[in-house]
Amino acid sequence: MSEREKILEIKHLKTYFPIKGTLFKGKAGLVKAVDDISFDVFKGETLGIVGESGSGKSTLGRTILRLTEPTDGEIIFEGNHLEHLGNRQLQKHRQHMQMVFQDPFASLNPRMRVGQLVGEPIAVQKILSKAERTRKIESLIEKVGLPKEALAKFPHEFSGGQRQRIGIARALSMNPKFIIADEPVSALDVSVQSQVLNLMLDLQEEFNLTYLFISHDLSVVKHISDRVGVMYLGRIVEIGPKHDIYNNPLHPYTQALLSAIPIVNFEKKREKIQLSGEPPSPSDPPTGCAFHTRCPKAFDRCKVERPELIHNESGQQVACHLYSQEDNKKILNAESKILQLTKQS
Amino acid sequence: MESPQLHLEPSKSTNDLLLEVKGLKTYFHIGKGKIAKAVDNVSFAIKKGETVALVGESGSGKSITSLSIMRLIPSPPGEIVEGSISLEGRDLLTLSEDDMTKVRGNEIGMIFQEPMTSLDPVFTIGNQIVESLMKHQKMKKKEAYEKAVDLLKIVGFARAEKIIKEYPHQLSGGMRQRVMIAIAMSNNPKLLIADEPTTALDVTVQAQILNLMIDMKEQFGSSILLITHDMGVVAETADRVLVMYGGQIVEEAPVRDLFLKTKHPYTTALLRTIPNIDVDLKRLESIPGNVPPAHLFPKGCRFAARCTHAMTKCQEEMPQLIEFENNHKVRCHLYASEGGAIE
Repeated sequence: MSEREKILEIKHLKTYFPIKGTLFKGKAGLVKAVDDISFDVFKGETLGIVGESGSGKSTLGRTILRLTEPTDGEIIFEGNHLEHLGNRQLQKHRQHMQMVFQDPFASLNPRMRVGQLVGEPIAVQKILSKAERTRKIESLIEKVGLPKEALAKFPHEFSGGQRQRIGIARALSMNPKFIIADEPVSALDVSVQSQVLNLMLDLQEEFNLTYLFISHDLSVVKHISDRVGVMYLGRIVEIGPKHDIYNNPLHPYTQALLSAIPIVNFEKKREKIQLSGEPPSPSDPPTGCAFHTRCPKAFDRCKVERPELIHNESGQQVACHLYSQEDNKKILNAESKILQLTKQS
Repeated sequence: MESPQLHLEPSKSTNDLLLEVKGLKTYFHIGKGKIAKAVDNVSFAIKKGETVALVGESGSGKSITSLSIMRLIPSPPGEIVEGSISLEGRDLLTLSEDDMTKVRGNEIGMIFQEPMTSLDPVFTIGNQIVESLMKHQKMKKKEAYEKAVDLLKIVGFARAEKIIKEYPHQLSGGMRQRVMIAIAMSNNPKLLIADEPTTALDVTVQAQILNLMIDMKEQFGSSILLITHDMGVVAETADRVLVMYGGQIVEEAPVRDLFLKTKHPYTTALLRTIPNIDVDLKRLESIPGNVPPAHLFPKGCRFAARCTHAMTKCQEEMPQLIEFENNHKVRCHLYASEGGAIE
């Protein structure tokens, strides 16, 4: 990660879903699944996105690939804006961006043989001859650690871990540069989880891949990521280098999240920060900081004013009023100036 | 071909024992004369007030063990073919269906992984708790309703009066799981069986639910059989751990010993595969291969095909459970010369 070349830039991305109302009322409201998110992804790195269910992490992943249409904001992949592209042009860029899904039981067509499944994306793009395609498919399936014979079988003949390998082979068939993996190991047993994670790390090295790794499991994210972003109710509340996030979490939510993980340690008992209540519904988010209803450190300002992300020296960013008072006020000002400038340009 | 009757070590004070499972075999007839030995000669005991964790990968037989205790094995195709399950000295396997219904809910409470499927979608939360109280505690409707509100408050609902009128689909996963705990705890059961109670929940909610279970246990003096695959949860909540593999218990130990003096190669491998938040590793270890399906168990050690320490003997002969000090038991030929066989 020496050269910090951006492969993807997300600017003020918003994805809102209308809630269907009753017959006479029409639209009843909006679910702000992704609510003004900005970040960069650098070439060759793994950016982990963690958050609880309903935090909008999956919608974020889908919106970046435009599997879900963004409401507002910019998606810039290798310098090209994707947010307004038509289907044909989008397809050109999309071959460099692939997705691996959570449920290897639901994401593979049960009526297609593995060879067809892995080869389908290549066939759609019409760039290789049939013989070339076969050779490519065979090399892919071996790369993900399955025998060639697997190509003639159907998905149901494989275990969860093997199916996830097939899903990865399919994603790799277009020689992508960037892969969004949405909970790729959550449906698997721990012993199989580690096999798939190791495979992903090997492939990243071999093909110089960039990953956006979405998961609710903080231990898994820590293992595979270089940087980590923490989402809460459609927003990034903290983002930064992995070691900073895990060793020195700044946001009270990140602190609570990390302290809640059950760990195997009989020497030191970890102090748990117990959060009361449940995450609020994204259709009716609290005013101000979305976390203030559960935050042990909330004060008046949190209820009315939404905190923006502010930087510290090591590239860790946090959206919390605890850090935007006094000393950090300057940083906050500088940050908002930069924001204004980027908006103007 | 397997050793016939096993005898657990004579417990020091039998009165401490709440549940005793001996030589339990639950088989499934899966057609064409094939038999899946989902639970194959499992014996363990749970003391009063104790939390015992049952761990293993999917397909190891842990859920079938708990369903056998509740006598909820669908039959056919399933069948408890051998063994005994006694709750405070009473053999549950010989009870009539009516008597067993009284045991379920009254003496043994159960929480399942997916609270949506275990709550009835067409009844309000209140109805479901009230029904359980009227049936098991013979309460009048009004009395049961008041108790239900109290229970919901205990499990952390501030607006219990409102929740009680709502339907399951109006609640989130964590809230439904708390309702399940309220129902399971409504009759102060002696044993609470919790099958992956927090697997479907987020970490912050998981912490709430686990704390709640521990509070309940302390308040009512219940015992807990906790089925999970999360070793962090095990380390933080269990007193004793049973590790299952291929329908058998392969290791049993007090929680500290299991983690700090691990004996079975399977347990060692399982512990190594977990990404640890405190340790940085370049690569995670993994266990090659899969659990063999329950109708194709080898005649020797069931883990042999995936074991890095496997010897010729392991392919040919099923290892027996061997006991060490501190009630630490292991089923592995590596320890054949030490300890004493108990089967």
